[in-house]
Amino acid sequence: MSFKIVVLAKQVPDTRNVGKDAMKADGTVNRAALPAIYNPEDLNALEQALRLKSKIEGATVHVLTMGPARAAEIIRESMYRGADGGYLLSGREFAGSDTLATSYALACAIRKMGKVDIIVCGRQAIDGDTAQVGPQVAEKLGLPQITYAEEILDLSGNVITIKRRLERGVEVVKGTLPLVVTVNGSAANCRPRHAKLTLKYKRAATPTEKQIAGSDYTDLYDARPYLNINEWGVSDIDHDIKWLGLSGSPTKVKQIESVVFTAKESKRLTASNEEMEDLMKELIANHTIG
Amino acid sequence: MNNIIVYLEIEDGIVGDVSLELLTKGRTLSDQLKCKLEAVAAGCQLDKIGAQVFPFGVDTLYLADDKRLTPYTTLPHTSLLVNLFKEEKPQIVLMGATSIGRDLGPRVSSALFSGLTADCTSLEIGTYEDKKQGKVYENLLYQIRPAFGGNIVATIVNPDCRPQMATVREGVMKKEIRDEKFVGKTKKLDLSKYISDMDFVIEVIERHIEKSKVNLKAAPIIVSGGYGMGSAENFKMLYDLAAVLGGEVGASRAAVDSGMAEHERQIGQTGTTVRPKLYIACGISGQIQHIAGMQESAMIIAINNDPQAPINQIADYIITGTVEEVIPKMIQYYKKNSK
Repeated sequence: MSFKIVVLAKQVPDTRNVGKDAMKADGTVNRAALPAIYNPEDLNALEQALRLKSKIEGATVHVLTMGPARAAEIIRESMYRGADGGYLLSGREFAGSDTLATSYALACAIRKMGKVDIIVCGRQAIDGDTAQVGPQVAEKLGLPQITYAEEILDLSGNVITIKRRLERGVEVVKGTLPLVVTVNGSAANCRPRHAKLTLKYKRAATPTEKQIAGSDYTDLYDARPYLNINEWGVSDIDHDIKWLGLSGSPTKVKQIESVVFTAKESKRLTASNEEMEDLMKELIANHTIG
Repeated sequence: MNNIIVYLEIEDGIVGDVSLELLTKGRTLSDQLKCKLEAVAAGCQLDKIGAQVFPFGVDTLYLADDKRLTPYTTLPHTSLLVNLFKEEKPQIVLMGATSIGRDLGPRVSSALFSGLTADCTSLEIGTYEDKKQGKVYENLLYQIRPAFGGNIVATIVNPDCRPQMATVREGVMKKEIRDEKFVGKTKKLDLSKYISDMDFVIEVIERHIEKSKVNLKAAPIIVSGGYGMGSAENFKMLYDLAAVLGGEVGASRAAVDSGMAEHERQIGQTGTTVRPKLYIACGISGQIQHIAGMQESAMIIAINNDPQAPINQIADYIITGTVEEVIPKMIQYYKKNSK
């Protein structure tokens, strides 16, 4: 019996460790200074997918990502950790997509995959923090959704039980497959790369990557078809062009400003007894404390 | 028609603060747009909702009363809103950026093909010129939010699609009663027209929601720790200082991520926004996402052993030293000098 798990993942700039060179002099973001990484919560999602795979005979995990050619890196990264393969959705028609146009494109790609049993993705990506793509893909596919998942507790037949982590508590919910699950950062961390799989999939590549690398390994990809990462363009999915890219995006960016905090005039103190005592006296005197 | 609708979050019959804050903002926006402010409540035993929301200036309250709507699940609440919005054609819809609003909002916006902006920190009304098409749009909702880890602030508009949808976190907007005596209209919805039995496919089988123990928003003094606190042991000193001063303990994202503090103590863009009388930042370097959540504090004291820490830029007092040294002294000299 086949059981198809699809993980939606995104390659994102690492916004968590923004250094001084991350902003250009004109106040715009210097993307080149930020390393491209696997969106953290998508890794949590991959782990939940891999755990399901290990419990279900014949289950496969495929990663779907939309992005430029270099985003194939996260598909390979997924394969090193146990995924069976992946799909890169790429093309300039997708440029300028907001969350809704992105979700439409991803939903078209998922439809093209045939029967999918469960779709798992991170709750949100760190470059936008919107948490919108998961629920919007579910809506586009007409599937139920379970968001903020922390752990898939059980799957019996097609009934899945999931623990959700909310702001102030937990909830256990039950649903019927197929559905979309978005996974929280509080879920289990993703397993590390597996040495054997890393060796096995090191040369996994999309057609574009193979082209850039030259034809040295043509025979290799014929002999080992699992090294082929699928690359889909707009012509590979059934779509209506008006729902893609800019025209499919109801939100428009009016203005972008870089954040500049105006420096205050501040008093500098040392940790000496006298200065600490003076500070506390001052705060008491002006009724800030006490 | 073309009004502003706020989706109310209700727990145990009480309307959440985030929804009341949105009503306050929604009232200001609807005055500006000269339209009505409306609210929708979905759940059961809703007879006490009106009294909670009318003082905020709600002109119309829609009640969707059905046992099956509590606790919240995605699909029935989605169907309710989608069908209600198709009838009422609101120009703006506001929801809390909570685990409910962020589950429901995207689903509704996808079904209606309307734009949604998550986690707005400011909402304003203004014009937008589409230079390519030579079109000018009046009275659009400016949805202002940080992006890119807080390094930029983007103003988003939805020129052509309605409703213009936005979510806002709890504590970002102010909560203010408009008129204690005001009573708007109540409309009970016939749910069979909005929700289908097929929507109840997800079943909640267990639920433990705790009342928030931490009330950062109401605390006049916040003692907040960052990654520089170094250990959970050191972090305990902050509780001592907060207890002595009568304050609450907050934390930066880095401190929460490393397990030194609970998530509900997180201050910043992805946590709570606070405006206390005094904010003491201990071992916090001052990443933009943190500063955005506390910069409106009336007074800021930064304790850091790095004299160049970015947080110093917005601090009123910069204490260069280790937290192990400074905090016990603060406690000691406070006790000595206060009556």
